[in-house]
Amino acid sequence: MSSGSGVGGAASLASPSRGVQAGRLIERPIVLRLVSIALFAAIWQVAGLIPVSFAFPTFSDTMVAFVRMIADGSLPTAYISTLQPLILGVILATFAGVGVGTLCGLSRPGEWLLIPVFIVLQAAPVAAFIPLVTFIYGIGMTAKTLAVIILALPVIVLNTYKAVRNVNESLLVMNRSFMGTRWQEVTKIVLPDASPVIFAGLRLGVAAGFVGVVLAELLITPTGIGDLITFARSRANYAGMYATIASVIALSTVTLVALQWIEIRVFRPEKRGG
Amino acid sequence: MHAAIVRNDAVPTNVVSDAIVEVRGISKTYSGVEALRDVDLDFPRGKLTSLLGPSGCGKTTLLKIIAGLIGADRGTVAVNGKKVSAPGPERAFVFQDFALLPWATVLRNVAFGLELRGTAKEEREAIARRYVVDVGLAGFEDKYPHELSGGMRQRVGLARALCVDADVLLLDEPFSAVDEQNRRKFQEDLIRLRTNQNKTFIFVTHSIEEAVYISDRIVLLSPRPGRVSRIIEPEIDRSGDPDRIHRDKHYLDTVQEIWQGLKQYVE
Repeated sequence: MSSGSGVGGAASLASPSRGVQAGRLIERPIVLRLVSIALFAAIWQVAGLIPVSFAFPTFSDTMVAFVRMIADGSLPTAYISTLQPLILGVILATFAGVGVGTLCGLSRPGEWLLIPVFIVLQAAPVAAFIPLVTFIYGIGMTAKTLAVIILALPVIVLNTYKAVRNVNESLLVMNRSFMGTRWQEVTKIVLPDASPVIFAGLRLGVAAGFVGVVLAELLITPTGIGDLITFARSRANYAGMYATIASVIALSTVTLVALQWIEIRVFRPEKRGG
Repeated sequence: MHAAIVRNDAVPTNVVSDAIVEVRGISKTYSGVEALRDVDLDFPRGKLTSLLGPSGCGKTTLLKIIAGLIGADRGTVAVNGKKVSAPGPERAFVFQDFALLPWATVLRNVAFGLELRGTAKEEREAIARRYVVDVGLAGFEDKYPHELSGGMRQRVGLARALCVDADVLLLDEPFSAVDEQNRRKFQEDLIRLRTNQNKTFIFVTHSIEEAVYISDRIVLLSPRPGRVSRIIEPEIDRSGDPDRIHRDKHYLDTVQEIWQGLKQYVE
């Protein structure tokens, strides 16, 4: 698969490495990802130039608005308000979710007692509970944090539970044959073996947490990012609105990528570079 | 070369004088199927004994009962004179499906038995490194199981069992998931490895050739219910070139003899 085409006898001797390098550059996933993002931006730009709607700004206008909102401090201020309940909620949901899911996966009574609740919660349009949360906890930090937890928890619990329940049986037997304790079984076999599915649940849970916090801010507590979106829309500042939305999406994506990095780094080193 | 065929010298018996594992009256029924009925069997110290028989003869069940991984309905197992009913430090198991941790390197997998026992990291890795070399995996310490072939994975499984320094190694069809060429090489290496290790091996297999090739003693089990049907001690000189064994007259005769005995159980 040599892409280094010979230019001349001597040159072709020296150039293959360069040709191979260029080939590798195309094969690198990062390059393809950047191309994908650039393509998306280009289509957005064209759609904005047509324009498909008067309320649809171009990519470049959105970027300008984005930089302006960072410069005038409105975006950073909004994020400080939004990130606090989001981070707190996601951390609580992660520990509680993985903990409860693991317990349910390990013990039958726990499974029968708790899993139906989370199945119902996952099936329910949980966003409808958010006004209820406001009714009870007001419009402060508590309500927003609860909104994040309500949306993130079910999928984390259910994924963890399924992963723990379907742990590789032969590894458990191996652990027993080498006289591993129950605690060692959980920490050295069950959790690492379940970690890919647990992390898949965490990624869904974190994404749901973003939905939760933005929903709470749009529906009930006009603060942070949700407020910024509403405010920009009310003033027909569509570039500002799109910049805010795009920034949430970008942050959510970066968080999910970081989560994947942690998973491979800490729990499944064999998948590194694979 | 030996002139006499061993079965004419003395008929090997269930009970031997220097037994490290003593099985007495073991019976086991699985959901209506009688896997083992009243099995009495001794395993001599320092020897490699194979449990051989067609599928359904309960050989793996017997091995797992000896390992303490499953309980018997009746009967007892004693190791070094002490009755056992759970896994213990004097026994180590090698699994048919390798049972390696996919997220751990070869070195950590080999040291895993010691890790569970709380041996300090440097100490257990030093021990593990030695056994990695012994089983022929030098240079693969930092690889992950998915980067190894089936034969190499089972070498990791064997090194892990050797690492905990048990008296008895229990091997459950260790080569059945290994391809033919690697299996042959592994069998040769096992013979060589045994000369350096003063250990008792109990080896479950369904391959007659494999059993005769590596065993000091072969226990033939009959199926449904599993019972000891015969015991054979092939006297094959394994000291020289391992390839010679395959051409050894005793080897060939014993394989043939066992096949004649087992044929009736194969439908």
